[in-house]
Amino acid sequence: MTDREPIIDTSPMVSDEVRKTTCYMCACRCGIDVHIRKGADGQEKIRYIEGNRDHPVNRGVLCAKGSAGIMQHYSPARLTQPLKRVGRRGEGKFEPISWDEALDLATSWLSEIRRTDPKKLAFFTGRDQSQSFTGWWAQQFGTPNFAAHGGFCSVNMATAGIYTFGGAFWEFGQPDWEKTELFIIFGVAEDHDSNPIKLGLSRLKERGVKVIGVNPVRTGYNAIADEWVGITPGTDGLFVLSLIHEILKRGAVDVDYLLRYTNAAWLVIDAPDDPDHGLFARDSKESALVADRESGDILGYDRRNAKPALKGAYTLPDGRTARPAFELLARKYLASEYDPEATERTTGVSANQTRRIAAEIIEAAFEREVIVEQPWTDLKGERHERMIGRPVSFHAMRGISAHSNGFQSCRAIHLLQILIGSIDAPGGFRFKPPYPRPVNGQPRPHGGNTPEAPLSGPHLGFLRGPDDLLLEDDGITPQRIDKAFSWDAPMSAHGLMHMVISNAHARDPYGIDLLFLYMANMSWNSSMNTSAVMDMLSDTDQNGNYIIPKIIYSDAYSSEMVAFADLVLPDTTYLERHDAISLLDRPISEPDCVSDAIRWPVLKPDRDVRGFQSVLIDLGARLKLPGLINQDGSAKFTDYADYIVHHERKPGVGPLSSWRGDGTQTGRGPANPEQMDRYIENGGFSETPVPEEARYFKHANRAWHDFAVKMGLQDQPVENVFQLYLEPLQKFRLSAEGKQKPVAPESHRSRILATFDPLPLWYPPFEETAVDPAKFPYHALTQRPAAMYHSWGSQNAWLRQIHGKNVMYVPGEICEREGLKDGDWAYINSAHGTIKVPVQRMDAVNGRTLWTWNAIGKRKGAWALSDNAPETTEGFLLNHLIHELLPPKGDGLRWSNSDPITGQAAWFDLRVSIEKAEAGDQMVEPLFEPQESPVSKGSKVIAFGKEWTT
Amino acid sequence: MDDVTTLPDRTEKKLGLVIDLDICVGCHACVVNCKEWNTGGYGAPLSDVDPYGDDPSGAWLNRIHTFEVTPEDAPAQIVHFPKSCLHCEDAPCVTVCPTGASYKRRDDGIVLVAEDLCIGCGLCAWACPYGAREMDPVEKVMKKCTLCVDRIYNENLQEEDRVPACVRTCPANARHFGDFADPDSDVSRMTRDRGGIDLMPEMATKPVNKYLPPREKTNPNAPTPSRGGEYESADGFLGWLDRMLEKL
Repeated sequence: MTDREPIIDTSPMVSDEVRKTTCYMCACRCGIDVHIRKGADGQEKIRYIEGNRDHPVNRGVLCAKGSAGIMQHYSPARLTQPLKRVGRRGEGKFEPISWDEALDLATSWLSEIRRTDPKKLAFFTGRDQSQSFTGWWAQQFGTPNFAAHGGFCSVNMATAGIYTFGGAFWEFGQPDWEKTELFIIFGVAEDHDSNPIKLGLSRLKERGVKVIGVNPVRTGYNAIADEWVGITPGTDGLFVLSLIHEILKRGAVDVDYLLRYTNAAWLVIDAPDDPDHGLFARDSKESALVADRESGDILGYDRRNAKPALKGAYTLPDGRTARPAFELLARKYLASEYDPEATERTTGVSANQTRRIAAEIIEAAFEREVIVEQPWTDLKGERHERMIGRPVSFHAMRGISAHSNGFQSCRAIHLLQILIGSIDAPGGFRFKPPYPRPVNGQPRPHGGNTPEAPLSGPHLGFLRGPDDLLLEDDGITPQRIDKAFSWDAPMSAHGLMHMVISNAHARDPYGIDLLFLYMANMSWNSSMNTSAVMDMLSDTDQNGNYIIPKIIYSDAYSSEMVAFADLVLPDTTYLERHDAISLLDRPISEPDCVSDAIRWPVLKPDRDVRGFQSVLIDLGARLKLPGLINQDGSAKFTDYADYIVHHERKPGVGPLSSWRGDGTQTGRGPANPEQMDRYIENGGFSETPVPEEARYFKHANRAWHDFAVKMGLQDQPVENVFQLYLEPLQKFRLSAEGKQKPVAPESHRSRILATFDPLPLWYPPFEETAVDPAKFPYHALTQRPAAMYHSWGSQNAWLRQIHGKNVMYVPGEICEREGLKDGDWAYINSAHGTIKVPVQRMDAVNGRTLWTWNAIGKRKGAWALSDNAPETTEGFLLNHLIHELLPPKGDGLRWSNSDPITGQAAWFDLRVSIEKAEAGDQMVEPLFEPQESPVSKGSKVIAFGKEWTT
Repeated sequence: MDDVTTLPDRTEKKLGLVIDLDICVGCHACVVNCKEWNTGGYGAPLSDVDPYGDDPSGAWLNRIHTFEVTPEDAPAQIVHFPKSCLHCEDAPCVTVCPTGASYKRRDDGIVLVAEDLCIGCGLCAWACPYGAREMDPVEKVMKKCTLCVDRIYNENLQEEDRVPACVRTCPANARHFGDFADPDSDVSRMTRDRGGIDLMPEMATKPVNKYLPPREKTNPNAPTPSRGGEYESADGFLGWLDRMLEKL
């Protein structure tokens, strides 16, 4: 149509206004530009959401989830008003009530508990992005029972990292994408963090840098990795120790780095009968000792000009023998059990592949040294003319952490990073402010239970040894309902949310009065053993009273958990609320800039809903909690936004770091009533560059510490000696041997001795040793789809067209053995249960591993979906197969299916068998009674944006 | 043949996409961002029917397909394959259109549907060998990738944003937009350097969009390069350590 080509408008109006805020479609916290345009009815609507080009996290890009924000915001599953239960728990029958009534009710329940026995409140906040506030609120309330979802997410990563070097992957640090020469990613399908890793991988591809993916399943990042290591689940730690074996054998360690920045030279007492065997030798000031390798003198480790030995036996002033930690390390990992030939059968990684990858690490680290011509001065005052880097970087997440050996596996990865000298060296792993923050810059855990009084400090922290456990006077009984910081899970820095309902139902260690949950779908995909948890939530005692007497739940959407609440507090969507993405919380900084951000109501709620944090502010004032009321008893803050701007955690340091005081102060400064406006003007975030001299070796860099103090990130330089040898673990072993007080209970001793090795070790995941491997020969696990965040995506009209149902992917060899083909249905059995699911063959997977997408299955009646939505008939959860407890050992105890050190939920330890299901109704099992929906069903047709089309 | 169904002899520009299969992680960012831009943009919205029901479906201009490749001598691998209209030079969807609704723009080569002329007969979708057209389930007009014709020239957008939504949003930078008629453009250069390929060249549609194939993977059995033993020593690791310490 040469002459009659239509004339079209190529410059249509896009929007009336762009409002910049922070995404909440997953946990990345990307910056978004929300295009607002008036609709046909004159009301403001979202025309389009795109990534904010200026934002440090996503630099303009946006993933599928973020791009589907429109459908989340307008979801029919949005709760519309406060609800009070009128039916049975789990039925979903409610009556709407006013906010006044809801808050009066909540206040009456909470005030009675606070007056009598604060621990009877269990307040757990799920995928909360305001933990520094919700935790502080719980601290003011005085219950010891607070945590968010880290215990069932990735606490092994965070804890192993903090204990080892004062950082961790993702929020506390990231690969040096611009300078690394080799990148190895462990146990990550796609997420954590989503866009930044994709941006980084893309940069590596541009630069021609090799990417190695270690994952049983070759999807997502592993699909584009240049090399795939199809490891057997739960054996990554052994694979890494085998790599360490190789690099030690070949002498490829950065000795100078070890001497400067680690405890490699610290002397470990070698006196097997003594109560301090295996601890560091210390002087009278508790300073660790080293031996001078020339004079043999025993010196304080921080003595200048010392030449510390890394091997040998030395006599301490008290006459006993001690050896440098590094010698213990080298002897341990040079043993033949870590030889790649010895590990290949367990890991499924050939000796050849392990050796070659070790060689590639060595080559990149030591032959492609990266030099940044930037002089810097270390904390000891020594001037360095340049920054020398070992350009090998790593990232790891769920696949490492969600095992009962995850803490030690993660420690093994960090050991490898440190041995080659790559932590915060150019090309390696880079700390992101406010990190590094080693254990000696972290709080200890705080417990307590005094009526009408706050806790003396934050709930969650890092214990230094058994003395810091939160136990009752008997030295055994946990103080906390989730048994965090008890002998069951001593270093549980994020709590054990996955054990709360189970323990409360068993009244072990005690019963509670009120379960108060925020944004955690604990009656469905966020709990192990989902069917039983639903029963626990609705179970009654002999008098017909609920065993968990009261449940308050806050969520924005009609999730499965709503049906079990007695009182529902409807939250806003992420576009209708204030939030602080704070340095006091889970930061979003980049290595070269300190960043924080806000959310603000870019649209006004059209329902009778309130931001949960503002509701907590209100409840706090009604309860007269310290810090939430003025001296005259009036409310201190009008709402969460007011708190964000005016709260000071310590003088001059509040939730947001920029535009403080008169608007020119950064980091420290008095509250500025206009601070929120300044953030909005700046696109919803702030960015303060880290000085050039402070950008690497932050753990030891004087300029970094000066900057961090100036910014209020810390109050003085915090010494950060990387802990190759982790002494707190040895303290637990001594307690387990009865040599140190408090003495570990008999029941826990063998487990502590077997797993609390101060040098990382590998042991088989607990479930594997608890079940018959012949009966349950396969592994089964889930992966997060790139286009879904937990259960949230299923209410989303667009995302559910991508992942509306899931199948069990079964390796080809298992299909052949079991006679399965695509479209068949099969029973998957574990020691705990059976599910019936559709199957599909897949070959790009470890041959002994079945897998599926996580959290696709839904309960009928939830999320405003139709009763026969594919999410309910074909979508399924693996959770039914995973028990929150290990199979009984006959000792009368309930052992959590968790890492013994941190309490991390061991989702991925699951062992299963598979058998073909007879042809029949093609419907997943188990199925549950539908819950009644407190919201109406969505529209039959969506033609979003019709009013603006051109 | 009526002139409404003819293709231009040549176009000034050949605008299109390069899609890098070596970095596409299959995340669907492009798919969803395309939907949200275009549902309020050129032509009828991209509707969804039964969006919360038993059988949700909708019109999309871009979808990701996932293939498993099983080489003989290497582990199986996954390839993510985003697919949208390839804006073919010899576009059969245009020549088959009975009303002239389907056309290829002379200036930039973009293949578009003039929706007011579209009768929803579906012939074009049938003719397209790539399955790159979808009928809107509500308006019953044919929807297809417009290469964001309402973005790439849009003076209401900042210049750097005048690219298709899928390119702007792709977190892995797997999608590139440009003019293939210009041999010096980034997309032309990338196609040359990386051996960019036509999808199904045997169909003789001369697609403008190109795909960059995945780079070769390391075979797990690949040998360990000989290192000449520079780190090995006869007296073992601790002997080596002594010498390292002496050098400090």
